[in-house]
Formats: sequence, structure tokens, C-alpha cells
Amino acid sequence: MKPFEPVIVAFCCHYCAYTAADMAGSQRRCYPPNVRIVRVPCSGKVDTIHILKAFEKGADGVYVAGCLDGDCHFKNGNIRASRRVASVKGLLDEIGIGGERLEMVKVSAGMGDRFADIAEQMTEKIRELGPNPIHAARTAA
Amino acid sequence: MITAERKPLEEIIAYVRPFDRILLVGCNECVTVCAAGGRKEVGILSSALQMAFLKQGKNLQVKEHTLERQCDPEYVEELSSMIDGADAVLSMACGCGVQEVARRYRDKPVFPAVNTTFMGASERQGVWAERCQGCGDCLLGITGGICPIARCSKQLMNGPCGGSTHGKCEISPDVDCAWQLIWDRLKALGLEDRYEEIMPAKDWRTGRGGGPRKIIREDLAE
Repeated sequence: MKPFEPVIVAFCCHYCAYTAADMAGSQRRCYPPNVRIVRVPCSGKVDTIHILKAFEKGADGVYVAGCLDGDCHFKNGNIRASRRVASVKGLLDEIGIGGERLEMVKVSAGMGDRFADIAEQMTEKIRELGPNPIHAARTAA
Repeated sequence: MITAERKPLEEIIAYVRPFDRILLVGCNECVTVCAAGGRKEVGILSSALQMAFLKQGKNLQVKEHTLERQCDPEYVEELSSMIDGADAVLSMACGCGVQEVARRYRDKPVFPAVNTTFMGASERQGVWAERCQGCGDCLLGITGGICPIARCSKQLMNGPCGGSTHGKCEISPDVDCAWQLIWDRLKALGLEDRYEEIMPAKDWRTGRGGGPRKIIREDLAE
């Protein structure tokens, strides 16, 4: 049996985390290929339904990566995203997926190393949690 | 607007568990504005339900549809083309919408997905507060535009009571004393004299005291 390799969706703000991912590449810093990046114009643009659909389609973990506090290009999109993520964590608990599979992280455009560290930490965490129970149930059905 | 909040997922799951095909119906009016049962919330609940059931090994089919207004028969009629494809209806509208769907489609079980809460106004983004109790005999013209029925915890007609402290109600420091607000407003308008008038006991027959109410407009009714 193949070891479990999680699929992780990272919604990355164009102004920070997405650029930080670029920076990680420029620095020749490796990070796990489990992370699939979706570029968004602001972390505040990530809606509840986007996160749910990621899990519904089989993601094992999701994180929303926005700007550092006070640095949002749109003033407070990252703060809204944090609140939304906290609320969706509760919904994921209700569904039975587990809120711990979702995280909100904050990085600046220059933090290539931090971006790679987060990708590694999240991959490790989800690897420990195991597959998304929805995906497992669908595969079994 | 009429405000509502989604019921706990566990309660909704218990309602729909016996069924395989659900018609999930939202409403574009009040529940959309208070982010409880509009198109967006329908999509979220649909996804959440499908995942929750999939985890239990069941493939729940959910058809999503959001009506312009669920409390009007003209719009509820729209569901006629899709109702046969569902075993039950889950409504995200207020209680009026749920009942209208139940009245029109008598052979389908209809369940509420939200708790209808109160008639209120938006205080700021994401915060709604009760403003009206539909008493049927509006007093706002003599209370400076602040309702003592909806906003005074005791529904006092001549307040404030002794529980008013620093403009707050004794039930919670987060609740404004309605009569303090009324006094402040009357003073700002130069209408302090109005406060001196003793209001008689309210006739509650215009409210729920007279049983379920109905409005019949002779010029409009067919």
C-alpha cells in the first residue's frame, strides 16, 4: 500500500503569499509538492463555499494565506479572512471533517522561507491526521 | 427585515436523514440580507450536508434553488417543476416561507433549516438587532422613533424602570435602555414635554393578544 500523500489546497493572496511562493522558488527553497496553490486577489476573497468545495472535491487540508496584520492591500481583507476561517473551522467540526484541517496563515511577500516552512508544517500535520474522511468514504462507496 | 440563523447541522441532518433526494430552497429576501438563507447559504448548506452524509456512507442528492420570495405563492409555484424529483423539501427561508411551501406542496415533507428570530435592523456589518414586534399599533410617533415594545426588556409604556443604569438595561450591559434612548432623543428634538404625558395601558388586541392576524385590503383582495 502506498503511503498517504495528502492533497493540500492553499488559497494564496496575490500580494503576499503567492509572491512569497515565488520568492521560495527564487531562493531555490524546496517545499512539498502536496500543496496546490490557488491565487486569489486577496485572502478576504476566499469564501466559505470555496473552502467547502475544496474538501468536497477531495482535499485533505486547506489553508488560506494572507498578508501580515496591517499589510492588507485592501485594508482588512486578511482580518476578514481570519474570522471566516475560524467560522468555517466550526462548520467543518459540525460536518465531521475536523476544523484542524483548515488553517489561516499570514506571510509577507518577502517571506519565501516562511512560506516553505508553512507548506512543510501543514503537509506534516495533515499527514498525521490522515485522509479527509469524505474522500475515504467516497472511494469506499 | 426578518432575521434568522441557521439551525445546528445536527438538527438539520436528523430531519433529512430518512430521505435520499432533497430540494433545498433559499429565499432572495430578508434571509439573504441577514446571511442566513440566501443563494450563498444554500450552496454552503448543500455542500455541508452532502459531505456529512457521505461520511456516513450515504450519497444524498441535493437540488439547490433560491426563490425570489418564498412567502408569495407566485414564486413558490416555480418549485412545481422540480418538486417531483425530491423526497422532501428543506427550506432556508423564514417561517413564512416554510409554511407557504408546505401549504402549496401538501404531499411533501417540508423542514426548516433556519430559526426565524426577529424583525430587526442591521446595526453594522454582521450585527442585527431587534427593532419591531409587530404590535399592530405603532407608537414610534410619540416615542421619538424608538420602540419601547421591541427595545425595552419589560415593554414598559412609561419608563424607564429602576433597572436603568448609565443608559443600559439591567439585563445586560450590552443592552441599551430603550427609555433612556427615548428621553435622549426627545430632548434632542426639544420635545421633552411629550415625556410628561402618561401613556395608557396598551391594547394588545392589535398584537398577538387577538390571535393570528390577517390584513384584508378590500381594494386589492380578489
